[in-house]
Amino acid sequence: MDIFVDSAGPLLSAIGTTVLMAVVAGVGALVLGTLIAAARISPIPVLRGAAFAYVQFFVNVPLLALLILAVFALPDAGIIMPLAPTAVLVLALYEAAYVAEAVRSGVNTVGNGQIEASRALGFTLGQTLRLVVIPQSLRAAVQPLGNVMIALTMNTALAAAVGVVELTSAANKLNLVEAQPILIFAAAGLVYMALALVIGLGAGRIERKVAILR
Amino acid sequence: MSQTPSTTTSSTRAPGAPATRTVSLYDEPGPKTRRNIRIWSAVVILILVGLVVAGLLQFASKGQLDADRWTPFLSWPIWEYLLVGLWGTIQAAALVAVLGGVLGLFLALGRLSSVRPIRWISTAYIEVARTIPVLLLIYLMLFGLPQLGLNFPLIWKLVIPLTIANSAVFAEIIRAGILGLPRGQGEAGISLGLSRWQVSRFVILPQALRFATPSLVTQLVSLVKDTSLGYIVAFTELLYRGQVLSSFNHLLIQTFVVVTLIYLVFNGALSTFAARLRVRPSKRSARKPDAAATVPIVGRPGLDSV
Repeated sequence: MDIFVDSAGPLLSAIGTTVLMAVVAGVGALVLGTLIAAARISPIPVLRGAAFAYVQFFVNVPLLALLILAVFALPDAGIIMPLAPTAVLVLALYEAAYVAEAVRSGVNTVGNGQIEASRALGFTLGQTLRLVVIPQSLRAAVQPLGNVMIALTMNTALAAAVGVVELTSAANKLNLVEAQPILIFAAAGLVYMALALVIGLGAGRIERKVAILR
Repeated sequence: MSQTPSTTTSSTRAPGAPATRTVSLYDEPGPKTRRNIRIWSAVVILILVGLVVAGLLQFASKGQLDADRWTPFLSWPIWEYLLVGLWGTIQAAALVAVLGGVLGLFLALGRLSSVRPIRWISTAYIEVARTIPVLLLIYLMLFGLPQLGLNFPLIWKLVIPLTIANSAVFAEIIRAGILGLPRGQGEAGISLGLSRWQVSRFVILPQALRFATPSLVTQLVSLVKDTSLGYIVAFTELLYRGQVLSSFNHLLIQTFVVVTLIYLVFNGALSTFAARLRVRPSKRSARKPDAAATVPIVGRPGLDSV
């Protein structure tokens, strides 16, 4: 256990980096993803098409390829940003596609009858969305969104591959010095599990709070 | 983490659209709305074109769009080099799919088993494997275990971590498929005098697997993406080949754009296949097609027992 005490400083700051990346990218992905989901159900065909293309692109391309493209290749085109913000930006863009899919799956759970009823009552599209569809679909999307956030937290580890010093990278460095692989990697794994547990429990709590009993 | 691309909510009553979604969020647009839609379409197109042009200008200002930087990718040797990488990707993905699929099947059955220790072990494995980054496992394989004298061949350093992670996801998808079946199916099997194993083997699994197929194919896409971690292991797959190629020809942007496009086309084909399976399940599948709309739970691994 001494090795963790001796290098507590770097480890804690690495955990902080991981959490910070997850939170910033998570908020960004939630906002952007919701906007994309909105675009996908909008009446404007071009917007729908663009949102569809966005989701298809990010769902089908590996995050690591995008990270490498952004971190190592884009500077050749004069687009240079600090390392960690680049990684967070790519992560947020990538996970936004999954957020959009989760929100849309929530929209799909709203019964046809409700939409028909609101239209029969003469609601406009804005009213239908604001008063009928969105309140229900966001509730249904809590659990899937929690899963996306867990995946996002796991994916922050990939930033280690492009040089961001976060938990995975710090664990690896510590192991190269201390040569205690099982202990060190198990400890890092436990931290990730704890983060996932917090997100999962949080999502479960929110869902219980807002769930509609049918 | 695979989301299910399900049937469209958005489409207005397009001719030939599946009969399951004829309800639209909005009315047929009148003349005024049509004009508004046209205006907004123009605005959106302008913004999108503006973004693309700005990007291209930025690229062009650094000479990244020069023809001689792109023409190498028209030659066969470069494609051959990259396609060898794609073959490595396919090999790794296939290995993980088979190993992870089999392991996932047993884990799903284990998690639903009536024997408590089996259920606990399966549940614990699934929950742990789903919440540990694959990269951490890969680093363990690469730098950790060799210190203990455990050194696997290169491909296994990629395949073992991916199998550990993906088997848990496969298990959750298959479990969702099993839970999605009507209870009566299993009960009927029992009442016919079949053993539990026979019920699983002959009644539950054939239906559940067919039911879960679209989600399994979607997970295959995510798995192919995961094999890009071979870049870290230095296993010959597409992204690693792109890396080697780019350090050789110094065309970083061009190489990685091409690699990204190859992934996009390959996975896009798989995704389209999955979407097609979802909209139009095979004739032998257990449920009516319109039931497909109500199963977003498949492929959305549950967290109920965290």
